[in-house]
Amino acid sequence: MTAPTATATDRAQPAIRMQGIDKSFGPVRANRGASLEVIPGEIHALVGENGAGKSTLMRILGGLMKPDRGKLEVNGRDVTGWSTNDAIAAGIGVVHQHFMLVPTLTVAENIVLGQEPVKTGMFDYERAVAEVQALSKETGLAVSADRKVSELSVGEAQRVEILKTLFRGAKILVLDEPTAVLSPPEVKELWTVLRRLRDAGGTIVLITHRLDEVMNLSDTITVMRGGETIERIKTATTSPAEIARAMVGRDVNLMSRQGEPLGVGEHSTAPEAVPISSDYSAALEVTDLVVTGSQHTRVVDGVTFVIQPGEILGIAGVEGNGQTELIEAIAGLRKTESGSIRISGHVITDKDVSERRSAGLAHIPEDRHRRGLILDYSIADNLLLGRQDTFASRGVLDTDRIDENASTQIKSFDIRPPSALLPARALSGGNQQKVVIAREMGHDFTVLLASQPTRGVDVGAIEFIHERLRAARADHKAILLVSAELNEVLALADRVAVMYRGKFAVVMPVAEATEETLGEYMIGTRKESAA
Amino acid sequence: MTSRFREQMEEALFPPFVALLVALIFGDLLILSYGQSPASVYRLLLEGTWGNAYGFGQVLYKATTLAFTGLAVSLGIRAGLFNVGAESQLAAGGFLAALVGLGLSPAVPGVIGVPLCMLAAALGGGIVGAIPAFLRVKFGAHEVIVTIMLNFVVLAFLNWIIANHLHVPETLHTPEIHNGAIPRLSQFIPAFHGSAANLTILIALLAAAGVWFLLFRTRRGYELRAVGLQPDAAEYGGVSVGGVWFRALTLSGAIAGLGGINYVLGYKHYYEDQFAGGSGFLGIAVALVGRNHPIGVILAALFFATLSQGGLAIHAFVPKQMVEVLQGVVIIAVAMSVPEVRRALRQARRPASA
Amino acid sequence: MNPISFLTQMLRISVPYLFAASGGVIAERAGIISLALEGFMLTGAFSATLGAYYSGSPWIGVLCGILGGLVFGMIHAVATIRYRADQVVVGIAINLLAVGVTRFFLKLAFASSSNSPRINGFPAKLSAHGFDNPLLWMGLLVAPVLAFLLYRTRFGLRARAVGEHPDAAESVGIPVARVRYAAVALSGMLAALGGVYLALDQHQFTDQMTAGRGFIAVAAVIFGRWDPLRAALACLLFAAAETLQIQLQGNHIIPSQFVEMIPYVLTIVALAGVVGKATPPAALGKTEH
Repeated sequence: MTAPTATATDRAQPAIRMQGIDKSFGPVRANRGASLEVIPGEIHALVGENGAGKSTLMRILGGLMKPDRGKLEVNGRDVTGWSTNDAIAAGIGVVHQHFMLVPTLTVAENIVLGQEPVKTGMFDYERAVAEVQALSKETGLAVSADRKVSELSVGEAQRVEILKTLFRGAKILVLDEPTAVLSPPEVKELWTVLRRLRDAGGTIVLITHRLDEVMNLSDTITVMRGGETIERIKTATTSPAEIARAMVGRDVNLMSRQGEPLGVGEHSTAPEAVPISSDYSAALEVTDLVVTGSQHTRVVDGVTFVIQPGEILGIAGVEGNGQTELIEAIAGLRKTESGSIRISGHVITDKDVSERRSAGLAHIPEDRHRRGLILDYSIADNLLLGRQDTFASRGVLDTDRIDENASTQIKSFDIRPPSALLPARALSGGNQQKVVIAREMGHDFTVLLASQPTRGVDVGAIEFIHERLRAARADHKAILLVSAELNEVLALADRVAVMYRGKFAVVMPVAEATEETLGEYMIGTRKESAA
Repeated sequence: MTSRFREQMEEALFPPFVALLVALIFGDLLILSYGQSPASVYRLLLEGTWGNAYGFGQVLYKATTLAFTGLAVSLGIRAGLFNVGAESQLAAGGFLAALVGLGLSPAVPGVIGVPLCMLAAALGGGIVGAIPAFLRVKFGAHEVIVTIMLNFVVLAFLNWIIANHLHVPETLHTPEIHNGAIPRLSQFIPAFHGSAANLTILIALLAAAGVWFLLFRTRRGYELRAVGLQPDAAEYGGVSVGGVWFRALTLSGAIAGLGGINYVLGYKHYYEDQFAGGSGFLGIAVALVGRNHPIGVILAALFFATLSQGGLAIHAFVPKQMVEVLQGVVIIAVAMSVPEVRRALRQARRPASA
Repeated sequence: MNPISFLTQMLRISVPYLFAASGGVIAERAGIISLALEGFMLTGAFSATLGAYYSGSPWIGVLCGILGGLVFGMIHAVATIRYRADQVVVGIAINLLAVGVTRFFLKLAFASSSNSPRINGFPAKLSAHGFDNPLLWMGLLVAPVLAFLLYRTRFGLRARAVGEHPDAAESVGIPVARVRYAAVALSGMLAALGGVYLALDQHQFTDQMTAGRGFIAVAAVIFGRWDPLRAALACLLFAAAETLQIQLQGNHIIPSQFVEMIPYVLTIVALAGVVGKATPPAALGKTEH
């Protein structure tokens, strides 16, 4: 079976058709009327930012969850609300981003798990190994069938995951961010494998936000944003910039520099420069910072930069390029391998979290549910986190000051409902974030690390938060902003850095930055010689 | 009272309610299987416990020990740790208290002697509690298994000391202490004559108040609860998680150890092998039913003490073993209800806006 | 002290540990913390006594013992798997429950607070060493059989997967809860057999006759790093120490209390990682959301 041409697509029966899919988790609407149409024998890219709803849609396809509303058809058959077993039996194989492999079992055991060959009632391991080796050879996916999964490299483990689906006769493969964890040569290998599978008649759905992958591999693209399906385009007819624009959205026009709505591609002229104080003393100085990750790779690979008081440095870049680790290292939540960090000239590289706070560091963490808030603590108590010692005299908490602090912050940051005793769990995302920001920005600080400050926050709160960040800059604070929303970075930062594979690919004044150029640095097709 | 507060109360109070309900239903079945009428048996139970001074005194006595072990376990759980070693911590505390009580001369005034013995009790329990604490922080050894194993080690060790070195002939207890005795309640309220209830009750209440104050009014308590709820957020907030674990588990042991004075200083005035008699393990049930809150622990301690004493009161009609069965059933029922209630309430809750 | 009598006594002492530890291994490998072995054992002992007493046949006793273990195992399973109750708490509660229930029915059936009347064990015809007791042989074989089950059957493979990475198992369609139910039920029955052996060997049931053996079995599971054969070796090791102490009694070389401590101290040492890493199954104890 050869891959159908573009013109024949409207005639062929779709391998997958999802229409009007709604799925909510409590108040979060992960999918709103989302749709997807995949024709047989193509590689179909499903792109979108984090939280766009791609994974949820694929989970529904794979039978891991049922949609609240909508229809799912596979090969023309209505299979809405089916189970994982049904999906597997129908030939759908999902390769998850976080591998579903049992580390203590061997490759062969993992692949045959659930469909184990038996001989006289016993599990026939030898036959499992033989079958796995045969399949491996047939598909060109090299694996050592007898090795424990815990000993495999990431690339090998991924091949095992793919073989798992093929072993069960998968004809439609869904891969969730497969190259996020691979090194460049492994990426090329995977692309070859995927092309081969497509050419052999398989259908592939690829969830990714790597635009180079999309352009190189896919035949068709579906773009999702905010739980909805925005566009379905033929890869041959589009460009990375167009895709990026669809991913990020044109109607996010509150991302303005001075509070005025912007059109796409427009930026207002450079703002009034904040006068830098005459005695030159950088607020934050990071020199040659190296952080190693789980696989002994350098997730932060020698990053150097300086932020002056009254300046916002924005780091753009696709998530997973080291931004999280960089922020955590500066905040004191992660060990640095080498390099130095200075606040107002004082070295803080070996200091612990509370010492860094005393040195003037504030931190809005990217995961407010895990780090930023204690969900079962009240708003008042959450406003103390990190500063609880300053609210205690001789070990005893000063309830009056705590209450006072709470009512002041609630008022000035317009936290709703304005009830200091409510547990943080009961607040909306935007108000939860406001609590974090009230805490981190409501006291004196020199440097603020703001990581995804408006993620999961409603429009009104976004504006408020941006207001606060600008006011802090006007007040001579230094801000390191990390955001996956390119428009946010462009709207707020004075200088923009792009982080790619642990390094700063480029740093430029915002006036020179355009979505197109930054995009190219973000996907690694353009590199600058010096950071 | 906001609706949030009401929901928090619901989550807290539902499981103990389940405990009571299950006790009643199962108790009914067991009583009926003996051919007795539940109503009359329950009436007898109440009369034998809260209905007369001696019985009530016994309830108070037993509840006192359970309050200490319950507080100890609940403190650990607040920090995210499971202390199953209260049994040996209790014994070690009682033992050290008896040692000091034997070592002090009667000439030393009681006002000094009693606190010294109490300190020894806390020290004994604290040392036993520090071992799993250290192993958890340094080696990641899970405290559940370590404390279970340590229970056997410590109790065997104490048994060896008593049996070979310190016992009064024909018994398994030490000689009577010379100092440190805590007066019985009957000395002040003659109606309690004959019961083991003693002033340790006041110390238990003070301990509960102290734990409450520590947990909810101090900065260290704020940090301890944070570690138990979300260790990542606590770390972000500058708290040393390992440090909190070590101090919490050691303090938990010390509180359990302090409970030893109820028997050693307040009742028998000597240390007896196996005096703990399961109070350490029951402390887990007390903490569970008491929802790990000092007030709840006191109430749960009273509940379990009433069951225990009540078993004796109804012994003529239904074997007291029924109470032991009831204890096990109640614990399982409450353990089952906690996650269910939490899940059901969480689904019913909605944040203020989408 | 002659080596033959030492060996035979050691083997006899090890049988309850072997049964209970095997029960512990299968439950924990499937991800469920197993602290109720003591309670399962005691239940098995009493049920066997009831069965043997009223029927006169030890085999009926064995059957009843297994049944008793199954019932308690299912209580544990329902509470922890269906209702996600804390596994440590349930384990401890089962132990308390077993003591209470056995005492209650001891009173009800035999009107005694301490022991049952005498029951028929397995007839001892051939020798005084107890080797014609079929339960002894079963006990010695249970660990290799379990090893076979765990490493060479489909059920064993699935149980191991479920205990290490239940999400992965679920993603390939394995019914995680059902596998765990089976494992816990099996653990209840196996541990109960340990108690059955005790009761039939001593020809009666005595209050709390298991005397902490269930916890020594827990120690053996951990010290044996959750492997059936290693756990069995640990059982033999602990039984050897116990035998040594019994046979040396009166020599006062090491006080009995210190010999008692050996299994527990060894386990603590193992947990501290001194004798290599003791890594439990990754999903052990995690049924909470």
